[in-house]
Formats: sequence, structure tokens, C-alpha cells
Amino acid sequence: MALFETRALTKDFGGVRAIDGLDLDVDNGEIVCVIGPNGAGKTTLFNLVSGMVPADEGEIRFEGRSIMGLRPSQILELGIARTFQTVRLFPEMSVRENVMVARHCRTRSGMLKAIFRAPSFRREEKETRQWAEQALAFFGSRLTGWRFDTPARSLSYANRRRLEIARAMASEPRLLLLDEPTAGMNPRETQELTELIRRLRDETGVTIILIEHDMRVVKGVSERVVVLDYGQRIAEGPYADVASNDRVIEAYLGRTATTA
Amino acid sequence: MAKTSLEPRGPITVRRAFQLPIVDGFLWLVRIAAVVLIVVGAFNSLTSARLSGQQWRDLVVFGIAQGSIYALIALGYTMVYGILRFINFAHGEVFMIGAMTGFYVSDGLSRTPLWEAQPFVSQFIVLICCMSVSALVALLLERVAYRPLRGLPRLLPFITAIGASFFLQYAVATLFGTSVKAYPPVDALGGAFTFLGFRILKVHLLVIVAALLMMAGLYLYVEKTKAGRAIRAVAEDPEIARLMGLSVDRTIARVFAVGGALAGAAGFLFGLVFQNVHFLSGFLPGIKAFTAAVLGGIGNIPGAVLGGLLLGSVESLGPSLVLVGLDIPSAHQLKDVVAFLALVLVLIFRPTGILGEQVSEERA
Amino acid sequence: MAEPTVAVEAPVAAGGELLPARQVDLWRAVRLGLVGGLTAVFVSANGMVLAFSKRALLGGVTLGSLLLVAVPLLVGYLAGRPPPVLQGFATPRPGWRNLAGGLLAGLLSGVVMAVFVTLIATFDVRRVFINVTPELVRAAPRLLTFGLELGAGGLVLVLTLNAMLGAVAGTLQLLGERWRRAVFAVALWVLAFAMLQPFVVQVLRGIQAELRIWTAPLAEFLYEPSGALSVPGAVAVAVVAFGVDALLTREGRRPVRTRLEVLPERSRRLLRLAVLAGLLFVLGLLPQVLGPFLSEVLNIAGIFLLMALGLNIVVGLAGLLDLGYVAFFAVGAYVTALLTSPQSSLGVGWIFWAAVPFVVLAAAVSGLVVGTPVLRMRGDYLAIVTLGFGEIARLLFLSDWLKPTFGGAQGIIRVRDITVGPIEIGGPQAFFYAIFCFVLLATYVTYALQGSRVGRAWIAMREDEAVAEAMGVNIVTAKLSAFIAGAMLAGFGGALFATKIGSVFPHSFSVIVSITVLVVIIVGGMASVPGVVLAALVLVGLPELLREFAEYRFLIYGALLIFMMQQRPEGFIPSRRRAQELHEEEVPQDAWLRTQTTMQQEAAPAGDGRSETS
Repeated sequence: MALFETRALTKDFGGVRAIDGLDLDVDNGEIVCVIGPNGAGKTTLFNLVSGMVPADEGEIRFEGRSIMGLRPSQILELGIARTFQTVRLFPEMSVRENVMVARHCRTRSGMLKAIFRAPSFRREEKETRQWAEQALAFFGSRLTGWRFDTPARSLSYANRRRLEIARAMASEPRLLLLDEPTAGMNPRETQELTELIRRLRDETGVTIILIEHDMRVVKGVSERVVVLDYGQRIAEGPYADVASNDRVIEAYLGRTATTA
Repeated sequence: MAKTSLEPRGPITVRRAFQLPIVDGFLWLVRIAAVVLIVVGAFNSLTSARLSGQQWRDLVVFGIAQGSIYALIALGYTMVYGILRFINFAHGEVFMIGAMTGFYVSDGLSRTPLWEAQPFVSQFIVLICCMSVSALVALLLERVAYRPLRGLPRLLPFITAIGASFFLQYAVATLFGTSVKAYPPVDALGGAFTFLGFRILKVHLLVIVAALLMMAGLYLYVEKTKAGRAIRAVAEDPEIARLMGLSVDRTIARVFAVGGALAGAAGFLFGLVFQNVHFLSGFLPGIKAFTAAVLGGIGNIPGAVLGGLLLGSVESLGPSLVLVGLDIPSAHQLKDVVAFLALVLVLIFRPTGILGEQVSEERA
Repeated sequence: MAEPTVAVEAPVAAGGELLPARQVDLWRAVRLGLVGGLTAVFVSANGMVLAFSKRALLGGVTLGSLLLVAVPLLVGYLAGRPPPVLQGFATPRPGWRNLAGGLLAGLLSGVVMAVFVTLIATFDVRRVFINVTPELVRAAPRLLTFGLELGAGGLVLVLTLNAMLGAVAGTLQLLGERWRRAVFAVALWVLAFAMLQPFVVQVLRGIQAELRIWTAPLAEFLYEPSGALSVPGAVAVAVVAFGVDALLTREGRRPVRTRLEVLPERSRRLLRLAVLAGLLFVLGLLPQVLGPFLSEVLNIAGIFLLMALGLNIVVGLAGLLDLGYVAFFAVGAYVTALLTSPQSSLGVGWIFWAAVPFVVLAAAVSGLVVGTPVLRMRGDYLAIVTLGFGEIARLLFLSDWLKPTFGGAQGIIRVRDITVGPIEIGGPQAFFYAIFCFVLLATYVTYALQGSRVGRAWIAMREDEAVAEAMGVNIVTAKLSAFIAGAMLAGFGGALFATKIGSVFPHSFSVIVSITVLVVIIVGGMASVPGVVLAALVLVGLPELLREFAEYRFLIYGALLIFMMQQRPEGFIPSRRRAQELHEEEVPQDAWLRTQTTMQQEAAPAGDGRSETS
């Protein structure tokens, strides 16, 4: 049984069909890249899976149970975390606090415990801090040390993207959805992140679905590539197969004009 | 498909948020309770025949007159919201300033022979003054308080509007005093017409007619003139409008001016109907007019008119129709509660209004 | 507004030369002058000048005349400011043009005033503008013309005085940054001492009475019997202010925050304890030193502070703009009154502490009732709906329908005082301790929640609700708990209010209370506790202390809200983060400017007079 699957998933926005009867399977421990031209529905797919947008038809199953209609916080609790195409951090919170928020669903202390400083509360706070710092330490020394307390606003662009990934990882996800994680990064940063994504999967066993435009990343990291166009899956397989697939090329580049 | 080897981490219970059914359930309870109360109250009230037919008709007419005033104010709210997506909280004060202007001009004119000789001309002069002053205040508000904050997160201009509202209230209070100002009586407007069995007070008729004329005028302005077209364009998409060469600043200023003028007219009509105005007169009508605007669909001009008339009627008939039927003593004291309840219920259950929202594109 | 006076590396323009700078913006000076003049007319026409002239500040100067004089000074200062420096333009040399700008602005405001003065001297407008009283121009003391009759040079005085003050203020721009700050600091201290005369005198006398320290003669030295500062007193304050300012801004001095951060943890904790102990000592003695009147002022400010701390959680932390906050205050007051007054409809006459759990319960339920319907609403609609709820609550408490329970317009009287064992807390000084304890509790709760899982959820929700939810925050729980927490604090405020006044009337619970609390937290800086404390003291305490402010307080609140939103939405003592958030665009610019200045300072000869600003 696949870790994650969608069946006949459909979503309309007004007159536009963003996702059209999509069937997708992802197995445990895979790194799958979802690619496709702009407007193919990739981010919409993530929005549907994470529960931020309700689907119109179809089925999404995670670890065997349906997650249709669940709220995003519940979906995170089940083990699906995501990052965003435009980096959406909490700008006024510090780096560490941004990541600590993701531990919210793994902890339980409420207002009363916070006010009375119950031992369980203090323990949880300490654990949350440690989890956050560990998640950040995964990226080397960039986001650690004195950076823990700097506001997220002050980070460089690449660091913000890394912070978002750390935040998503802190919630102990089984499935990680990365939306164009290397967008806007220079080649060196891109290379680094590509390696890091592999390391993430290798060290923690998390399954990763990745939306990407940069084919170097796709080539370097994915074991399987899924191509979307107009909300439908038009090709699937290892990168080499997909890259030479006619339909895929046509989707990106358009049909060659027939010479008269 | 690749082989699957899952090590489940242990059962994860899917806790569908237990609050959600409770929240929805609570809201449904409120809906049902509201409907039941209204039906029961209305039934009791009508069957017990506490009010005569004539009294009901009076209430209906009064409701329409009051509703017309609300509609005129609501138009200002709705146009500004349609273009800027922000609630001009100080609009009620623009209305109040119109009403106060009406008092002073009326008071001044009533000491001249023109008042007796040409009552309708006098009233017209007062109306023009009210509309001008209110339009000016609205323009000033836009220029000084709101324009610097354009484009910022919506709550900042909203809080500014709250500040402006209180500033205007107390500016009027400190400049002109906190006493209640009574409009001088207009002999020509005393008494009533009888029309198809309906008895209408002349004042009410004047208010309804005047309001209708102004709304018609607004319709023509928005639909037929170049300026009106510009307003509609900017309301729909400010960026494109700017690219098409429209001056967005000037259009927005016009919207405020027109809305302000209508509010000023409403202030004058308010003074004619209720005769007493003071510096706090703008608060309640302002909130009620906003309710009316949302009720009809915010940003929607016909909606504001519909909402205003509806709200005015509900406020007029509500206590007698429903509350009296529920045996609530001193029901008329609670007419403002009815209005606020309407506000709350509309915003909770149907924030898009009856005729639907019509606001400018929010660029992603 | 930024005030860059930095030389910019010129790009290679045509010919490689810098374009000459505009020294001062004359149109701006004109605009400022007109606006200033209209402001002066406004404060004269609405009676502020007359009311304020009852308070003597120094020599012959009253607060009223200060108000009149402040206008040309302010516009002159702003008008004398050089326009922002753009790339490719040379730095303007400070010079006579700044003075000219100030002069022009001052002159224009003088012209407007002169016109106004002539008008009201000629026509009697009192029937319309009721506060344009004879004392302004027609009869002694002729406040607007400083005593002179109109014909005998009153107009000339108005014009020349305004112009000169404008020019003087304009020349202030010529001073270096440090001197300017010193001037402002001195002016501020002298003004504060002059205005807060009742407070200072009482404190000095109180310290003598309680602590036997010989401070009362200091009061005689500082102040005249009329309440104004004495000249030697003013000089003394000025000297001290100057000294303190020089001390605090000397070269190479690290700001307090950095110094604190550098200290090791143990020293920091000790320091914190020491400060706390000192504070507690001072506050323990404060009511005795202050006497009943000032204690009462602090009590009222304290109740508003309690509410502000509650609203701070709802608005500042969770980002929910609740305009109906007064409803929770009313609930707390009425529950207390119902349970403790023997004359209420319940008539049980319990002690205060027995009523407290019910206050908590009622407040929590109210928080739920208000919070549930607004869960899915966006910000401005949420504000209006909560406003509606607040008004509905007040009208219901006022209604005849519920009169049997709540007493209608007559309210509930004979609410019992708080009793601690056998002691009944009746007078304002004893009450101060009660309020202070609750405020302390509320402060602790605020800090405890802010630095916890719940607090982080609130702030995340405020920053970006959709993403917060995607990161696991249960939005429903978060919003409801914010409402409940805020409601409880307001409920306590209401309970204290009821026992303090001894009775509860519905007209005390109007929307103006909600707005006052909102102004306090906005001016104080949302989510900043020290700021909120200061704002409560100034915005609520000052009008209680100086009665002439009382009539104009809501006018000032409104103006403050508008002003705050235009200038610095984070309040005067910003929560550090918020300040960074809203000025984040400026941060890289500031940094760049700073590098430019250091480069320039190294290159430019000394004695330039200009230093890096903004």
C-alpha cells in the first residue's frame, strides 16, 4: 500500500479546472518530483493535500486513511508538512520561535499550565526548544547560535527558505511537501539544498514530494518524476525517460509548427 | 509501482476538531432560535391586534423614510468599500456634520423673511449647504487621514478611521457645544397627505422623494457620466485603471466627495424627521447604515439602497411586530438592540449580503 | 519622517558635477504655515486655549499661551527642515534658508491667526461657536493677543511673534544633532515639571511626611504659590535635564539593552531581582506618599491598565480587533454587584472573594459567546461585530426589560468593598494595593502566556493565519482562548471598578471605554507591557490629574490615533520586534546610509556641524 495516494482528484476555480482527475501514488521513503509548465496545477495539488483548499471531487489517502475534509492542523498532526512557493514565515517571530510553532500539534500545554508553570509545561517547553534547535542545526551553522533569536525578517533569502524547511521538519512529518525550495537561489545554494534534501530522506526516512522548475535539482534528487499539465498527469518515471518524452516536451515547449 | 514496506509509527487517531461541530451547532441553534422568536413574536403580535391598521401603516411609512436616510448614508460606505476595501468608520460623523450644518443654516435662514416666503427654496438652500460641507469634510478626511495609508494592511486605515470618527465627534462638541440642537419648524412641512388610504406625514414624503431623487441622480452619475465610469473602473481594478490613464487619486477623492454629499443630504433629512441633532447623532445611524450596506451587499450600490430600506423597516416594525408579541416590556426602548442584532446577524450569517459583494480585485 | 542630511557619493552625472541642492521647500513651508494657523484657530475656537490658560507654567506663561506658541514653533521647525537628499544632489549647506523657511511658516500661521482674531473681534460668533469667549480677544486677558488690544498693536504682535518663533525654530535645524536633542530634552523636562506640579509637590511633601527626608522645601523652591515653576526652579530643572541628557548620550556609550545582554546570566538575574525589590518598595510606600487624591488617579489608571493588558492579549498578541471589549468589563462589574450588594436583585451580599470565581466564570462564558460567532470573520468585520455585541450588552443592561435583574438605568448600588480578613479596603490608598496586585497578576499572566506554546500560536496566527494553521495551530482553540483570557482580565477590571465606585450604572459601559483601552494599547505599543503601562498612566492618569485635559481627552485620543497610525504604528515604546517589522524596509536603507556617513565623516573636515541622523 502506498504511503500517499490520490484518486480522481479534481478542483475547479470558477471556470478553470486546476486539477483534473489526478491519480498519484507515492511510496514510503521515495523522493518524487512533480514538474510541469506554469499553471499545471502543482501548487494547487499541495494546497489540496495540505487541506488549505477543499477539493471538489476525488480522494486523498494517507497511510491508508482518507484525509479529505480535514483541517490543515489535523493534516499536519497526521504527518504531512509543507513549505510554500513564496516563503511564508512569521516575520516578527525569531528564527527559533518560527520552528517552535510547528511543534504545536505535538505538544499539549494550554493556558493554565503556562500560567502556573507546571512541570509538564516546563518540560515541554524545553523539549520544544531542543527540537527546534535540532531541526535548525540540520542546516549547519547558518541558522544556529546567535541566529536563533534574530527575527525571521532579517534573514537572507536562502536562509528563509532553509528556515521554512526546518520549520516543516520540526513537526516530525512522514511526508514532506516542498514547493520550489530552490527558487531564487544561486547555483551553489541550489546544489547544497539538493544534497540536503537527499540527506533529509536518508537520515530521517521522510518521504518527499518536491515541486521544481530547476531540472538540475530534479535530475539530482528525484527517483521518480511526475509531470503535470492542465491538472493531469501526462508522464511518470525516472528523469531520463520523462525528459525525452514527447508529450512532456510538447507541454513545455509547445508543438512544433508543421512546415507547410 | 515500487514495493511498499511501511513501518507504521503506531496508530494516529484522527481527531476531527471536536470544536467544529460545536461551533457549527451553536450557529445553527442561533439561526433556529432567531427564526422561531421572530415567527412566534410576529404571530402573537398580529393576532392580538394591539395596533390598528393605521398604526401599522404609519410604522411602515416611517420605516421607509428612516430607511431612505440610512440608504443615503449606506451609499457612502458601500462606494468607499467597493473602491478601497475599507470601512470608513468616520462616515457617520460626516453625516452628523451635515445634520449640524443643516441646523445652523436653518436657524440662520429662519430669521430671514425668505424662510416664510419661500419655504422650499429655503430648504433647498439648506440642503445644498449640508451637502457641500459634508463633501468637504469627507474630502479632507481622505486627503489627511486615509491617503497616506493607502495600500497598507487594512486594519491600519480602519483604526485611523476610528480615531477620525472620535476626533470629529469631539471637535464638533468642543466647537459647537454638546447641547441638543433643534431644527426650526417648517410650517409648510407640517401635517399629512392622505394617499390611497395611506396617511403619510409630509415630512416623511419629502424625505422619501428627496432620497429617491438623489439615488436616481447617483445612478445616472455612476452609469452615464465619464466620472462615474472612472469610478466603476477603479472599483473593479485600480491597477488596470491607472494603466488606462485614469487618475486613481482623483477618482477616489470624487467617491469620497459624492458619498459625503449624500451623507450630508441624509443629515439634513434626518434633521427634518427627528428634529434634534447633537454631536453624537452620527454614531448610531452610522453603524446602522453600515449594516444596511453589508446587508445589501457591500460595494453594491443598489444593494445599499435595498439594505437601507430593509433595515429602516425592520427597525421600525421590529419592536412592535416581534418584541411586543414576545411580551417584552418597553419594546421600543430596544429598537437599537434590534438594529445591532441585525448587524451582528448579517455579518455572521450573510456577510456577502443579499445582492452579493462587489469589491475591487485583490491582487495576490 | 527621515531626516537624511548625508552626503551622497555622486554618480557620474553629465559633466561629473553635483546639481545644486534645494535648500528648503518653500511650498512646504507655506502649507505648514497654513495648517499650523488653522490648528491654532481650532484650539482657540474650541476653548482649549482658555481652559489651558488656567494652568500657570512659568512666570507669565500659561499652558494656554504655550499652546498658542507651540504652533509656530512646531511648524517653523518642520518647515526649516531641508528636503530629503536625493542622489546626484549636493548636500545643502545649513544657512539662512532654514531660517527663512521657519520664518515663512511662522508668518503664515500668524496671518491666519490674525485674520481669525480680527473676525472674532468684529463679529460675535458665540451663538454658533460657543467657546469663542470674550476672554480671547475682546476682553481681558485677551489671550490670543497676549494682553494687547487689537488696535494697540495686538495684530502686529500676533504676526511678529509667530514669525519670530517660526524663525527661531527654523534655526534649530542649524544646530547639530546632539544640541538639538539636548534642547528638546531640556524643554521636555521643564514642561513636565511645570505641568505635573500637583504631582511633584505632593510627592515631595509625601516623602517628607512618610520617610522623614527633608524634601518638602524643595517643593517651595521649585514652585511658586500660583502653581507655576519658579525661575530658579526652572533653571535647576533645565541644568539637571541637560546634565542627564549629556550623560546618557555621550560618545561611545553603549545603549542599555546591549549592556544588559552582555552581562552574565547570574548578574542579570540579580539585577532583575534588585530592580524588582526596589520597585516593590517604592510601590509599597507610594499610596502613603501620594495621598488620597493622587492614589485615586492611579487607581483609575490602574483599572484601565488592567483592561489594557487584557485587550493586549486579544489585539496585540492574537491580532483580533475587539471593539466591544467593554462588554466583558460590564459583565465583571455586574456579576460583582449582583453578588455582593445586599440591594441587588439577588441580594446575597457575599464578600468580594466569593464573587470572584463567578466573575471568572461569567467572563469566560462571555468570551466564548463573543468569540464563537466571529471565528471565521476577517479583521474589520470582526471589529464591527464585536462593537455590536458591546452595544447590545450595554443596551440590555440599561433596558427596562431586564430591569428586575440589572436595575435598569438606576443600576445596582451598595456594592461591598473588598475585605481582606477583618480589614475593609475602603479608601483610595488601600485600594491602590488591591489594584496593584491585580495588575501585577495580569502582567505576570501576559508574560507567561507570551513566552509559551499558546502565545506562540497567537502570534503565529496574527502574522499569517493560514500558515499558522498549516503548521498545526488549531485556530478555533487559539481564537477562543484569546477571547477568554482577555475577557477574564476585563472581568477583573470590572469587578474592581464596581467595588471601588460602590455602584454600577449602565452608562459607564459605553463604547468610549473600549476605544480608550484601544488607544492605550496602540499608543503604548501593542504587545509591549512597559509601553502599555506608560500609556495608561499618561492617557488616563493625566486627564484625571489635570482637569483641564478632561474635557478634551477624547478629542486628543482621536487625534492621537490618527497621528499614531500615520507615524509609527508600533507605539512610543515599541515591542522591539514590531518596530523591526514595520520599519524593515528602512533597515537596509539605514544601514547603507550609515556606511555612507562613516565614509563621509572620515573624509570631511571636522566642525561641519552635521552628523548622521535617522
